[in-house]
Amino acid sequence: MTAAELLLSLFPAGHSVREEGSLLLGSGASPEGEVAVLGTAQGLEVGAEEALALAAFVLDVVRRHPARPLLALLDSRGQRMSLRDEILGLNGYLAHLATALELARQRGHRLLSLVYGEASSGSALALGFMGDEVHAVEGARLWVMNLPAMARVTKIPLERLAEVSRTSPVLAPGLDNYVRLGAVESVWQPPLAAALLQALRREAGPDRRSERGEERGGRLLARRVAEAVRGGRGGGG
Amino acid sequence: MSDRGIRARHSYREATARRRLAGLLDEGSFRELLGPEHRVTSPHLAALDLPAAFDDGVVVGAGLLLGEPVLAASQEGSFMGGGVGEVHGAKLVGLLERAARERPRGVLLLLDTGGVRLQEANAGLVAVSEVMRAVLAARAARVPVVALVGGGFGCFGGMGIAARLCDAVAMSEEGRLGITGPDVLETTKGVEELDASDRALVWRTYGGKHRYLLGEADRLLEDDLEAFRTAAAELLRVSARPLDLEELEREHRQLGRRLAEFGGAADASEVWRAAGVERPEALPLLEAPEFLRAVAGARRGGR
Repeated sequence: MTAAELLLSLFPAGHSVREEGSLLLGSGASPEGEVAVLGTAQGLEVGAEEALALAAFVLDVVRRHPARPLLALLDSRGQRMSLRDEILGLNGYLAHLATALELARQRGHRLLSLVYGEASSGSALALGFMGDEVHAVEGARLWVMNLPAMARVTKIPLERLAEVSRTSPVLAPGLDNYVRLGAVESVWQPPLAAALLQALRREAGPDRRSERGEERGGRLLARRVAEAVRGGRGGGG
Repeated sequence: MSDRGIRARHSYREATARRRLAGLLDEGSFRELLGPEHRVTSPHLAALDLPAAFDDGVVVGAGLLLGEPVLAASQEGSFMGGGVGEVHGAKLVGLLERAARERPRGVLLLLDTGGVRLQEANAGLVAVSEVMRAVLAARAARVPVVALVGGGFGCFGGMGIAARLCDAVAMSEEGRLGITGPDVLETTKGVEELDASDRALVWRTYGGKHRYLLGEADRLLEDDLEAFRTAAAELLRVSARPLDLEELEREHRQLGRRLAEFGGAADASEVWRAAGVERPEALPLLEAPEFLRAVAGARRGGR
């Protein structure tokens, strides 16, 4: 799905989102009011400039539009991998983006994420996975590493990795695996505008991904281990 | 500085995760949470016939630093490169959530990690994301979080982002911090992009000195446990980085200036020269105290 198709489906009442240099910035009209939209297109690898531009947009929304919901649309192969970006401290730029999103959350902005293409590594962490809820559309591709590359790096035979992946969601790329792990809350079906509206109307809560992972059988220990270390009673909100 | 040669130095880099905690915190004060006796191991490594560790490569617990209560986590790089898997990540998350609840004086994260543990790839990525969210939630609850980077495995991948979400970062000159580490960069982009066996280049790019000069690290330390202890206590004392618009706008301007000033640099030494360091070629050779003097006027940002 292209960004243009996605935006039409999300905002049938219209939107002002521009795609420039594979960055998506603007807003869309929903029955709940304007939604600020930011994101990436065409698998963009997010470098220092892009992370800073996305953060600028978030800070601007925080300044000028109190409590306006933010929707992050993600199609990104990860962070830009270059010596130049490492010299500049790309991790710091991505951390700044993530912190800007957290500031928006703390100030009452709803944060929703929708993976409509690829999601991996640094940009998944600093943008997509920062949402109160992370959703995806059919065909979204979430990954850390494909199995042949993983076999080379880990020195584990490919057949073994493939065999384990038949039952475990942990190794192989794929949307279903990320749903089982609790990383993706749900897969949105058309009409996407209706799914977006439902999500906008839900209350934001604490990070529930480890609970989802447990319910869905993908991560049986994460919630329990965190709770054992946290101590006390009740949720971690 | 002045007591070098009088007091014996204990290398932070060479110490194990547990030894680092013991050296950092007040003597005998550390109490581990969910320690090895609980035998909580990764459920994913066994499926691949890989050995597990009873702490899954990270030690978490509570202790005292100069008499004040702190929570601390220490990653063991010698177990799977400090890679974050499901259990490892959940221990970090649980510790940070405990901090938000208990409000200790602060949290110390002794990071020594390549990032996501590839053998638990997807679960590791989600776990790193949860750690990031938990760091920010602890800060939002006004509990300062300080990252210490001085281990042999550096701090890379998503954990390189997590480090910079903290209120402050202290590094030794041997510490390395980034997102795409040298091995991954060489494997992905080729040896022309970066030769991971060129140690001088790797340290110039990712090392503590460059990070300090950029303002990505707040303290540049010698490879000495006592130096880390002193810096950790001091960084917890200086006020936390507020999670507010004013602070983020300040950071934003600084990152923008960095791009404008150094965006064209093809080597970290060009950044040093452009920043006004008089003899940039000499920086890698300087001991920490001399280095700090040499870059005092050239440093950008940081606290």
